[in-house]
Amino acid sequence: MLNNFVMPDLYPAAPEIFLLCMSFLVLFVDLIFGATHRGLAALLTVVTLLGCAAITIVTADGHTALTFSNMFVDDLLADFLKLVTYLAVIVVLVYSRQYLADRGLDRGEFYLLVLYATLGMMVMISAANFVTIYLGLELLSLSLYALVAIDRNASRATEAAMKYFVLGAMASGLLLYGMSMIYGATGSLEIGGVAQAMHHGQSDKTILVFGLVFLVAGVAFKLGLVPFHMWIPDVYHGAPTAVTLLIGSAPKLAAFAMTLRLLVYGLFGLADDWQKMLLLMAVLSIGLGNLAAIAQTNIKRMLAYSTISHMGFMILGLMSGVVGGVVDPFTAVNAYSSALYYTVAYVLMSLGAFGMVLLLSRAGYEAENLDDFRGLNQRSPWFAAVMLVIMFSMAGIPFFVGFFAKFAVLLAAIKAGYTVVAVVAVMFSLVGAFYYLRVVKLMYFDAPVDSAPITAPMDMRILLSINGVAVAAFGLFPDALMSLCTTTLLRSL
Amino acid sequence: MDALLNAVLTPVQQLLGPLLFTVVWTLVKIVLILAPLMLSVAYLTFWERKVIGWMQVRIGPNRVGPWGLLQPIADGVKLFLKEILLPAVADKKLFLLAPVLSIAPALAAWAVIPFSEGWVLANIDAGVLYLLAVSSFGVYGVIIAGWASNSKYPFFGAMRASAQMISYEISMGLALITVLMVSNSLNLTDIVKAQSTGRFVSYGLDFMSWNWLPLLPMFGVYLISGVAETNRAPFDVVEGESEIVAGHMVEYSGMSFAMFFLAEYANMILIAAMVSIFFLGGWLSPFGLLPDGFHWLAGKMAFVLFLFLWFRATFPRYRYDQIMRLGWKVFVPLSLAWILVVGVWMMSPLTIWK
Amino acid sequence: MELKTILFYLFAVIMVFAALRVVTARNPVHAVLFLVLAFFNAAGLWMLLQAEFLSIMLVMVYVGAVMVLFLFVVMMLDINIEQMRKGFWTHLPLGAGVGLLMVAEMAVVLSGRYFGLQNFPPQNLPANHSNTKELARVMFTDYVYPFELASVILLVAVIAAVMLTQRTRKDTKGMHPNDQIAVKRNDRLRIVRMVSEPPEVQAVDAKAEEKS
Repeated sequence: MLNNFVMPDLYPAAPEIFLLCMSFLVLFVDLIFGATHRGLAALLTVVTLLGCAAITIVTADGHTALTFSNMFVDDLLADFLKLVTYLAVIVVLVYSRQYLADRGLDRGEFYLLVLYATLGMMVMISAANFVTIYLGLELLSLSLYALVAIDRNASRATEAAMKYFVLGAMASGLLLYGMSMIYGATGSLEIGGVAQAMHHGQSDKTILVFGLVFLVAGVAFKLGLVPFHMWIPDVYHGAPTAVTLLIGSAPKLAAFAMTLRLLVYGLFGLADDWQKMLLLMAVLSIGLGNLAAIAQTNIKRMLAYSTISHMGFMILGLMSGVVGGVVDPFTAVNAYSSALYYTVAYVLMSLGAFGMVLLLSRAGYEAENLDDFRGLNQRSPWFAAVMLVIMFSMAGIPFFVGFFAKFAVLLAAIKAGYTVVAVVAVMFSLVGAFYYLRVVKLMYFDAPVDSAPITAPMDMRILLSINGVAVAAFGLFPDALMSLCTTTLLRSL
Repeated sequence: MDALLNAVLTPVQQLLGPLLFTVVWTLVKIVLILAPLMLSVAYLTFWERKVIGWMQVRIGPNRVGPWGLLQPIADGVKLFLKEILLPAVADKKLFLLAPVLSIAPALAAWAVIPFSEGWVLANIDAGVLYLLAVSSFGVYGVIIAGWASNSKYPFFGAMRASAQMISYEISMGLALITVLMVSNSLNLTDIVKAQSTGRFVSYGLDFMSWNWLPLLPMFGVYLISGVAETNRAPFDVVEGESEIVAGHMVEYSGMSFAMFFLAEYANMILIAAMVSIFFLGGWLSPFGLLPDGFHWLAGKMAFVLFLFLWFRATFPRYRYDQIMRLGWKVFVPLSLAWILVVGVWMMSPLTIWK
Repeated sequence: MELKTILFYLFAVIMVFAALRVVTARNPVHAVLFLVLAFFNAAGLWMLLQAEFLSIMLVMVYVGAVMVLFLFVVMMLDINIEQMRKGFWTHLPLGAGVGLLMVAEMAVVLSGRYFGLQNFPPQNLPANHSNTKELARVMFTDYVYPFELASVILLVAVIAAVMLTQRTRKDTKGMHPNDQIAVKRNDRLRIVRMVSEPPEVQAVDAKAEEKS
């Protein structure tokens, strides 16, 4: 009956399988011991992620392995992105532990949903088929919708979840519609198959471009690029800060992987077309994100707008791989690795920035206004310095990691011949420097409005310090991370 | 027998042409199934009253005809002659549609039931799925009746019915999955045939090879869920007299009430047939010595129907939350676990299904 | 005309009628029931296309479960249909426009010029061909990974639904059958060993009463 069936090779997907099995364990442990041992689910979740990291490192052999009838790909890029994802999620869990406990949100469901969101990201990172990209995206999004609404008594969070859900569902619809169009034109759902079909030129260009428009719109929605950015400020602002921290960090890596796999691996033949769309969205995002952030008094909203501009920069790097329809492998790898570098750097900074918001929050008090940062230097010189480093880095001031990220992206853009665009981007990031530096001014030159001592647990303090130091250290030695990104992409393309 | 049938049918076929003949012949077959079914329903009500009477040390109906045998006919005539009342505030169209929607699935399901080897109206490949689909449609009659009556008790009945029937459909479906796994088919005839092999068959003890023994927990789950699915005692909160009078049937009278009544009993017989086919070997004889045949299926159905009546006479009614708990917290996890057990069993060297 | 063609048009006409009535019905319950009818006819059409598994699943999942719950909710709600129908005519051009656009798109897809549909001629499968089996074979071999992912998505939906709706109120008087069943005699009944009342006390009391 199943005579031509070959058992799929499970080895490349070992981290995913491990995570799924462990999530069931967490589910049962929480069911049985949840009421008596509150920290157990959190501990198990961190152990799971560490286990996944160990498995990923052990199984990473640098070869590109396809399994599950070519639906799952395990290459060096996937391994690298997954490792950063585990790290980011672990940091999120450590930062948010106290915050959640203070608000009674540290239930097992939080950790389960975080685990499933992580699984969704891993699936997206390793997807080699439209179906798996879509399913991974849905798994991630569904977990995030629920996480945003986890505090049922907060009407603002519920509203944010509702907005996120409705807009997210629409974006998924757009993405799926685009995918179905491309499937119709090429006859393949596999990313490799689509690229091949286009290479042979048997597919109708009109339908392909038609599908591409929807596909890019869906991707832009998920990345939060202008004009599909409406949900970002509301969701970042409305969600509990711990959830904002999650949404603002690790999923960006998955979104990067999704964009790369869809547009570069799959639809490279249409690079000319998507380049123009991405260019427009990148410039708009950088402009609007930086301008709107100035007007914000709420730091979560401000960081939300800054996310939009950062994603614009990332996309700028991603679209610089092709120069006037001609593919030069060196330029291409350079551009994609600059985008990858930007994403990783952004995740690092975003973790630090939202971590600071969590640090200043305490039971019954949300430190989410800019005023809460007034006079931080007098309350805690060390953490004021950490915030200073992160803000400088986000603004792109030398010599922090954010500077080199921007530098790499702009260099790639100039190499691709987008000098004007690069100049515009630099101008807007100068505008953006204003609001980042305003935070620094508030911390160092204003008197504190709130003089309560900082009551964060020791593990969070240590990790946040490491986070700040890392932002500075990667700035001092930019080559380390940059060459890692380049090698990864070189061996995966 | 077949030769005789062909001798009669061939001239008719020539007379009518192939298309018309198919339609007419199918209609004849439908009548051949439904007429005995309706008779069985009538005498099932009679038998129920008798059995419960005996169990409660009463006599039961014994006035009309010899031993009361004409009682169901008399009841039918009475219901026919009664006026069909239409409540003034009811939604007229739906009020009249509800009894039809309630009885139609109960009858439609019989299309795929095999009465013996080859004695089946439609021997379709996805017979089990068809049965599940059609029986899931039955809940509409109850819901629409409850809503269209525009009255409180019927509405409560409809609410309870829809929740209860959907809940128990899940455990019934899950229990069936184990049957499908071991018989490797969705066709009802094949499911019966799959039960005619096994070690005990070679000893002549065929009944030990039927699905009820290796799938004993699922047999229990299926049987009990079947009782709940038909809203029979002890799960009759939908129409429990002492709680909500007659549930969704409160506003109905005469023949429209009789339709619900027919549907309930036809469903009971259907569940009995399904239990017999899935777990009790259908038309297979219990001992290798005896020949197979329809009479075995009839006997098994009669036994299961007797269980229905027995339950009604012995058990007190469940409370509503207890019914839901039994369905969701006991049967669903149990059936899910048993699917896993059967799966592992089939893959292990100890498997008895090859 | 073949019987199949007659059936196709029968199903199609009823389906289009039912779909129109879903939009135009004045009573929400009627609208839901028309939707059920539309599903039923769609199932019939699928059956004609020899997709018996999808057809039966449509009836089982949508008609048998989803729409029942839907009906359940609609019956509970007090929907002011007049309020809902306000602006029906003003929105009609937009809605009709979108509808026509979709029809046009479907026509483009089905005309086969762009999507190479002519490469897939209709297959005449034998009557005993089981597409349930074919689907199962593909689903559990080639597509096992998406299948498992879909199940994880459903699990997330279950967890999220429970998390968002379940709240333990302190003032509920609900019973816990588990606890009730688990009750032991010792939880309810305490047997106290005590000396039975000595008879002389009564006697003394009686004397005291006599005296007073």
